[in-house]
Amino acid sequence: MITVNVQYFAILREQRGLAQERLATAAGTPEALYSELRARHGFTLPADRIRAAVNDEFVASSASLRDGDRVVFIPPVAGG
Amino acid sequence: MFKISPEPIAPAALQRTLADARAGACVTFEGWVRNRNEGQPVLSLEYEAYAPLAEKEGGRIVAEAREKFGLLSAVCVHRVGHLRLGEMAVWVGVTAEHRGAAFDACRYIIDEAKARVPIWKKEHYASGATAWINCAVRGEHAIP
Repeated sequence: MITVNVQYFAILREQRGLAQERLATAAGTPEALYSELRARHGFTLPADRIRAAVNDEFVASSASLRDGDRVVFIPPVAGG
Repeated sequence: MFKISPEPIAPAALQRTLADARAGACVTFEGWVRNRNEGQPVLSLEYEAYAPLAEKEGGRIVAEAREKFGLLSAVCVHRVGHLRLGEMAVWVGVTAEHRGAAFDACRYIIDEAKARVPIWKKEHYASGATAWINCAVRGEHAIP
C-alpha cells in the first residue's frame, strides 16, 4: 500500500464532495487509482476521458505511483 | 507568460507590457462570457483551474507560439471564478514584426489553450440548471 494525496477539480470535486484527500491505496497507476475511486464514489466520467497529473505534471495513465505523490485527475478541459 | 487570474483582467495594462519598438503588429483576442450556448440561455459562467499545471502548460503553449511564429512577445491571462455576462474570461496579446505572424500566433495560443490547459467551465442556465462543459456522458443530456 502507498499513501497519496488526491486533488479534485470541477465535476470530480462536486461528485466527490471535497477538494482533496489523503488516502492509502494498493493501486500502482493513476488508471488503477481512478477505477478504484470511480467505483467508490460513482464518478460519471469513464477512465478514457480522464487525464492524470502527478506532482503538477501530466503523466501517462499507466505511470507508476509512489508513496507521497500528489495525484490529480483531469476531466475534459473547457477553457476560453 | 501565461497566468491564471482570480481578479478581473485589465487589458490595457497587459497590452502596455507588449510595447516594443521592433513590433509592426500587435494582435489581441478577448474571450467574453456570452448569453447563449447551443441554444440555451446562459446567465453566468464559473471557471475553475488547476493553477500550477495550467500555468505550466499555458507557458509551454506561449513558448511554442513564440518559436513557431517568430514573435517578439506573447501573453495570455485566463480568469477563474464566477463571471457575469460580458465579463472577460481570457485575454491573449502577441507582437511580431508583421501582421501575418501576429494573427496566426494569437489564434494558435487561444486554440491550444482551449484544448490543452486544465481549466473547466460550468454554465449556469436561466432554468436554474448547471452543466460542466465537455463532461457529459452517454445517457445524460449534454445540457439541461
